[in-house]
Amino acid sequence: MATRPLGVEVPGVALALRRPGAWTVLARFCRKKPLGAIGGFLMLVILFTAVFANQLQTHDPIATDAGQSLARPGADHWLGSDHLGRDIYSRIVHGARVSLIVGLASTLLGSVLGGVIGLLSGYVGGKTDLITQRVMDILQGLPLLVLALVMSAALGPSIPNVVIAISIPIIPRAARVIRASVLSIREMQYVEAARAVGLRHLRIAFRHILPNTVGPFIVLCTAQLGSAILVEAALSFLGLGVPEPYPSWGRMLSVSAAEYAQKAPWLVLFPGLAISLAVFGSNLLGDALRDTLDPRLRGA
Amino acid sequence: MKTYIAQRLGIGLLTLLGMSIVIFGMLRLAPGDIVDILFSTGGYVNPSERAAIEKELGLDRPVWVQYVEWIRQIVTGDLGKSYRYDLPAWEIIRPLIPVTLELAVLSLIVAVALGVPLGVISAVRQDTGLDYALRVFSLAGLSMPSFWLGMVIILSLVAWLGWIPPVTYVSPRENFWLHAVQFTLPALAVGYRSSALIMRITRSSLLEVMREDYIRTARAKGQSGRVVIWRHALQNAILPVVTVIGIEFAFLIGGLVVTETVFNLPGVARFLVEAILWRDYPIVQNLVMFIAIVVILSNLFVDMLYGFLDPRVRYGH
Repeated sequence: MATRPLGVEVPGVALALRRPGAWTVLARFCRKKPLGAIGGFLMLVILFTAVFANQLQTHDPIATDAGQSLARPGADHWLGSDHLGRDIYSRIVHGARVSLIVGLASTLLGSVLGGVIGLLSGYVGGKTDLITQRVMDILQGLPLLVLALVMSAALGPSIPNVVIAISIPIIPRAARVIRASVLSIREMQYVEAARAVGLRHLRIAFRHILPNTVGPFIVLCTAQLGSAILVEAALSFLGLGVPEPYPSWGRMLSVSAAEYAQKAPWLVLFPGLAISLAVFGSNLLGDALRDTLDPRLRGA
Repeated sequence: MKTYIAQRLGIGLLTLLGMSIVIFGMLRLAPGDIVDILFSTGGYVNPSERAAIEKELGLDRPVWVQYVEWIRQIVTGDLGKSYRYDLPAWEIIRPLIPVTLELAVLSLIVAVALGVPLGVISAVRQDTGLDYALRVFSLAGLSMPSFWLGMVIILSLVAWLGWIPPVTYVSPRENFWLHAVQFTLPALAVGYRSSALIMRITRSSLLEVMREDYIRTARAKGQSGRVVIWRHALQNAILPVVTVIGIEFAFLIGGLVVTETVFNLPGVARFLVEAILWRDYPIVQNLVMFIAIVVILSNLFVDMLYGFLDPRVRYGH
């Protein structure tokens, strides 16, 4: 961030009023929100794993090896192998990629669509708002997983379809959050000024109101990312999510894992731990960000 | 009060109507209809048979006629026919409802029994080590897939006690204790997850109430800390908690979808998954509608409960 000295060049004052740099903000966040920092660190580790999955793997994640079926965790297979002899560690490493891509894509898709709906609904108000809200009620009335389940069943298993299926239930939640903040921003004086200057409505909505909803939007996205990863895991577990051969954490836990679980508990333990850590990280980070960016929602 | 209930029921009915359109529409997004799926699994079937099946399913009629027909069926209580079992849907669904209901109620009991006291402790000990530990504990509950937690519970029972929980459904008449254990395990897994939300809302709501004047008055009068918190503060803090419990009850069903599958319990949620995997769309359509009705009714029930819990809430004004 560039420093912006005030009109009068007094060195000490300019220093004190300088906007804090990114590192300062980060250090302050870590000190005040240690749990949030841990969450952020977890998310970074998972991001790193997803990006460098090819370098981190020890085996081909989809290569089967009958001789190594259900191998115990050890020097060759760090976290053991499954009934087809596939290396669990390498599959978890690659699973980070699938989970993160599906999680991020569906969260972004749902939040952006919901955000635009919320923005327009809140800005326009009146009957449009009323009808939009009722439609959102309808979408929100079904449990997230049930809605995603039916959607993915209707669309058929493929990664883009899973993303769509998970993003649909996020739309009403995003629309609600953004609408609430638009309603308060809309009444601010600078918006009135923009209207008085004669700006077009769309321009006011997207250029002047939208940037001020970034805080709640970020909070919303981090909070939804965790549940998106969980829903993906559940869908894949049921065989309605990410199809073979992609190694997905949820899929690794599916029926075949349950069958061999008593002989090879590592089949169940490690992929579940990976899911839990990823969701835990995004929940911790989301909580801390919410406290920092949106004090009104604190503790809710 | 009566007009309020009528109003709420009206809105509920409208929402249900909207939901029926969404559900109906979603299932028709599917590439290929049920006849295609029946055909692809059954191999070659001649075209006249295909037409006969389509006619029997009513798929040869315009979409809106099919929709109206479906709604007419639901309203008259006819839930259609399962293609997989070749039986009326209601006959299959009816015995499943008590299983899911029992599991949902047990999970909710676990969630409340865990969530409310922990939330109170966390609020009373705000910003202490205990508060942090409890918050991490609840966040961990939100982060673990409940179906995975269920699997881990089973695995640890096997590893530590050498005891394998029953793999098939045991009815209470057969063996009550085994039945109780069989339902308690998944209820723990699902309830722990739901308790997290209840705990957080209890904590924040109680923290807010504890700042109010009447709490200070009660303390000044020399009442013990315990009485002030559990009798005076919690009573006023409970309203948002009830809301969350109501929402959770409806959404427990979402969690049950996978848990019933893991624990092999013959409930509505597991059957929904089966019906989806078998592309038994008439069943899917009706089950999802059934879940929607449960959700709306439980929301309505929570709203009604407000009036009894908080005399300040008056309806119809």
